[in-house]
Amino acid sequence: MDIIGFILEPLQYAFMFKAVVVSVVVGIACAILSCFLILKGWSLLGDAISHAVLPGVVLAYMLGIPFGLGAFVFAMIAVLLIGLIKNNSKIKEDAVMGIVFTTLFALGLMLISKIVSSVDLTHVLFGEVLGISDSSAWYTTITLGIAAAIILTFRKLFLVFCFDPTHAQSIGIPIKFIHYSFLILLAIIITGSIQTVGIILVIAMLITPGSTAFLLTKNFPTMLQIAVAVSVFSSLVGAYASYYYDISTGGTIVFVQGCLFMLVFTYQKLMTK
Amino acid sequence: MPPAIEIKNVSVKYGNKIALTDASISIPYRTFSGVVGMNGAGKSTLFKVIMGLVKPESGSVTVCGDEPKLAQKHGHVAYVPQAEMVDWDFPISVTEVVMMGRYGNQNIFKTPSQEDRMIVDEALEQVKMFEFKDRQIGELSGGQKKRVFVARALAQGADILLLDEPFAGLDAVSEKSLISLLISLKESGKTVIMATHELTSLPNTCDHVALVRYTIVAYGPTSEVFTEELVSKTFDGLLQNIKFN
Repeated sequence: MDIIGFILEPLQYAFMFKAVVVSVVVGIACAILSCFLILKGWSLLGDAISHAVLPGVVLAYMLGIPFGLGAFVFAMIAVLLIGLIKNNSKIKEDAVMGIVFTTLFALGLMLISKIVSSVDLTHVLFGEVLGISDSSAWYTTITLGIAAAIILTFRKLFLVFCFDPTHAQSIGIPIKFIHYSFLILLAIIITGSIQTVGIILVIAMLITPGSTAFLLTKNFPTMLQIAVAVSVFSSLVGAYASYYYDISTGGTIVFVQGCLFMLVFTYQKLMTK
Repeated sequence: MPPAIEIKNVSVKYGNKIALTDASISIPYRTFSGVVGMNGAGKSTLFKVIMGLVKPESGSVTVCGDEPKLAQKHGHVAYVPQAEMVDWDFPISVTEVVMMGRYGNQNIFKTPSQEDRMIVDEALEQVKMFEFKDRQIGELSGGQKKRVFVARALAQGADILLLDEPFAGLDAVSEKSLISLLISLKESGKTVIMATHELTSLPNTCDHVALVRYTIVAYGPTSEVFTEELVSKTFDGLLQNIKFN
């Protein structure tokens, strides 16, 4: 089969078309956010939020509402709990995050074992973009599209927030507002991406593309472009791998991203020797 | 002429921890003040009060005749961070850092105007960093890094420059040239305030000194305030090898 046919033929099926569109949107939104997240040093927070949303996803399943919506509520609960405990105890932030996200994740596991069948559990934990419902596809595309557009529109503010919040504050930029907006956008993008890559691996989408791009450039706009390219390419490989070979979408996406990172890292180490 | 900074009876608490008690200081325009005191004595808190980042429990603060929040809006105060507080791997160029000084004045949704670019270039010329304008900030020496942040303060149009430990990690030559830059800025009309541990060179650098120990112990011309008696009061008497007048 020729390459064009290989790419286009699956798209005549509605489920595959949907899967490709959703994967690409997830890839773009995660890549853009990842550039800011790794520069801010918030990777661990992303990991915490992504695990903490599990009970929200299960409850959403029970109530028949989009996964993302339930997940978002629990993402906010996790963020608030982490902030509350950190500010009112001597426990360090990384430990607080660890406690909060594992507790919520554990609650999710308990709920799943009582309510949802094991097939659905796999989907939630590991993602299944080929079977995405129309409502979830719309929810993901619209929320992630808006979130990505907001980040790009306000990119200067988010950049100064990452680079030098004290300066920003000293010239009257509302840094607390930006801080919470960034957290909310992080929660939206994590929860919107769960359907595609699953709870366990979504954090990779938020760290790896930005990190790969960070290795390759010292210019932020270029970093954004490289991250998006790496991420979208990986997402497409993931979607087609599931279609043709019945391999886990999320697994493939994250594996390809990780390989690209290692490739860039190794290439650079060899070149600088 | 009213002072650049007027702080009256200011107290600041973080939770139960007292950072400053009943602190008063009046810093005149066109002066170069050194702020000295032990670690944790309230130097950073004093800076935060001036920048409007913490709200005092009591007392009043006026910066260039404005309330702190209004002073922020007018960009009166610029802050040059400690080297260790900056991520030097950040993918940002010298020009882009200095352009951040314009964020308060410009529409952040638009690309910088011709005027913004001109102001940034002039600021870089003034600190002699123009030829490095396209470098990534990590590719500079310690002294050059400081100059970039001073340029950002100039691009901001600030009248008051706050510098936090500007000489930490600088070699003697860079330190000397940074001091002469700061003195020339003072002479051109800026008010320069720096927190420093460099007590030895202080009398040659600063024309005013503030001694901080949970309050302003003393403030005034260096010759009057930087005395053995007052300084050892600020540092628990743990002083060595410092020449006083």
